[in-house]
Amino acid sequence: MSEAFRRRAVLALPYAWLALFFLVPFLIVLKISLAETTIGVPPYTPLVERGEGGLGLHASLANYRFLLGDSLYIRAYLNAVKFAGVSMLLCLLLGYPMAYGIVRAPRAWRGILLLLVILPFWTSFLIRVYAWIGLLKGNGLINNLLLALGVIHEPLALLNNAFAVYLGIVYSYLPFMVLPLYAALERLDPALLEAAGDLGCRPWQAFYRVTLPLSLPGIAAGALLVFIPAVGEFVIPDLLGGPDTLMIGKVLWDEFFNNRDWPVASAVAVAMLVLLVAPMVFVRRLLQGETA
Amino acid sequence: MPSADPNAKATTHAAPTDPYLRLERVVKRYAPGAAAAVDDVSLDIARGEFFALLGPSGCGKTTLLRLLAGFERPDEGRILIDGADMAGVPPYARPVNMMFQSYALFPHMTVAQNVGFGLRQEGLPRREIQTRVAGMLELVKLGRLAGRKPHQLSGGEKQRVALARALVTEPKLVLLDEPLAALDRKLREETRFELVRIQQRVGITFLMVTHDQEEAMSMASRLAVMSHGRIVQLGTPQEVYETPANRFVADFIGTVNLFTGHVAGVDGDRLLVYCPDAGALLTVEHAAMPTGKDLAVALRPEKIALDAAPVEPGPNRLAGRIGAIAYRGEASSYEIELATGKMLRATVPNTKRRAVPFAVGQSVGLVFEPGACVVFEP
Repeated sequence: MSEAFRRRAVLALPYAWLALFFLVPFLIVLKISLAETTIGVPPYTPLVERGEGGLGLHASLANYRFLLGDSLYIRAYLNAVKFAGVSMLLCLLLGYPMAYGIVRAPRAWRGILLLLVILPFWTSFLIRVYAWIGLLKGNGLINNLLLALGVIHEPLALLNNAFAVYLGIVYSYLPFMVLPLYAALERLDPALLEAAGDLGCRPWQAFYRVTLPLSLPGIAAGALLVFIPAVGEFVIPDLLGGPDTLMIGKVLWDEFFNNRDWPVASAVAVAMLVLLVAPMVFVRRLLQGETA
Repeated sequence: MPSADPNAKATTHAAPTDPYLRLERVVKRYAPGAAAAVDDVSLDIARGEFFALLGPSGCGKTTLLRLLAGFERPDEGRILIDGADMAGVPPYARPVNMMFQSYALFPHMTVAQNVGFGLRQEGLPRREIQTRVAGMLELVKLGRLAGRKPHQLSGGEKQRVALARALVTEPKLVLLDEPLAALDRKLREETRFELVRIQQRVGITFLMVTHDQEEAMSMASRLAVMSHGRIVQLGTPQEVYETPANRFVADFIGTVNLFTGHVAGVDGDRLLVYCPDAGALLTVEHAAMPTGKDLAVALRPEKIALDAAPVEPGPNRLAGRIGAIAYRGEASSYEIELATGKMLRATVPNTKRRAVPFAVGQSVGLVFEPGACVVFEP
């Protein structure tokens, strides 16, 4: 085997992985989204059909027109973007000081603090979200505690509303924000902050002019890692949300499993993917501008 | 005031009478009860001086620099800059800029933005910043690289950006932490002259820290040799080299041959010292000392003349045999074994192109003047 061939083979591996486990499934979903729903197995019409005049192509954009025509889908998508966006900002506001604190902590502590950030992953995501129901419900731990202390006289509505969804998303995705921020801040040379101080920056000015711009790649990575899965989230709005927290992931789930309308569900999935590409391209541009 | 004076190097021999930077009995301990990193250091530096702190790693010179920059606080003593006590003054409020050993250039900013950082922080108008940055880049010959980012620069270019950034705000004092350590040898030698030229142009007081004695001697107008947190000798490069105060300084600065002996007598303004390891009486220009006092005698390798003809042993005349020769181009270093078994180092310039004056194994005479030797406590 020649050197060039081996190098190409190594590079081909990730591409092959992406092709097999991303591109092919995506094409299948795309194909289904162009079909019509039918009763049978599978529950959609074939794309290519052998008819009297040879092969016939049965593709229609009817499902996409349907999505645009029904305000439910657009509202659900915008709602998902709102929930994901606000949660992303909350994660950033909470995660930045956490990551900064861990980087500044004594070296011996850092490993333990990072472990604490990752620790929730040792329990199933689903169980952790269920646990919040026990905490937040009308006669749950938090309400009972507050009632017993006499702080409140009636249980607070903590569950099945927007508050619970925000809480669930921020709680579940915070580690995805903290870890890339930690990586970015940990690389920062402490001499740069001393240099900024030496050249007349008060500590907060040094943060604004040096630390913040240099941690931008970490902020972008964390923001994407929180925003993208949060947009498609359906477990959290399903378990913690209420009627006013409709999100596109939940709609997709219902369309697929409750209505058994595979083509519309596929159309929702494709539309969601296309709309998620936009923020990724935007962040990529932003970072390229920063390093150029 | 010798500021901006091209002859500054020659005019600031003596300790300044009106110090611009003054350290009064400064002590710094990193932990209570630990050995002091800076131990009772007092120092006066005049305006416009190029001063060097010289010493091996761990001698406290970098800590002293950080105390001046304000990154560390002294446990005892006072630091005054232009008469103002720096106690409690944070780094951002001090009229001091530092050039970091790693340069610490801001990687997300261009060369011009790096240099203009301090001026922007002062809130100067954009036009003035542009003019002063351009002027400073011209001074360090980096005008054409103003738009580059630090990762696109060579080591020497980064070094000049760091210098420009420290100078452009016209601080009262610039601290240089091993300014040439990251450069390769050839560039380092060129940059020495460049740094001195720039310092004299701008007239700002420079305080440099280095472990490289050649660097300190060739650049500084005065230098302090540090060891274990203390200043062990202070003076011009020539004073420190030719009249080392003790064994540590003699050994740390340049190469030296050391003999130990005791005073055997006094002859006018000369001291006669008998050194058993030299196997001879050495005469040294020095004030009288009581007979029998133990002394060390230091002799620099280049002060020794080699004689191919055998010499009669006598005062300042030794006989030896060449053990090894290191040819260095402009000069050769000889390792010579005396009859007593002691090894000496002698350096002789190669003034003739084709001459091969000495060979390994050859017997030679070593001759030096009474003024060539220095004595101090053993």
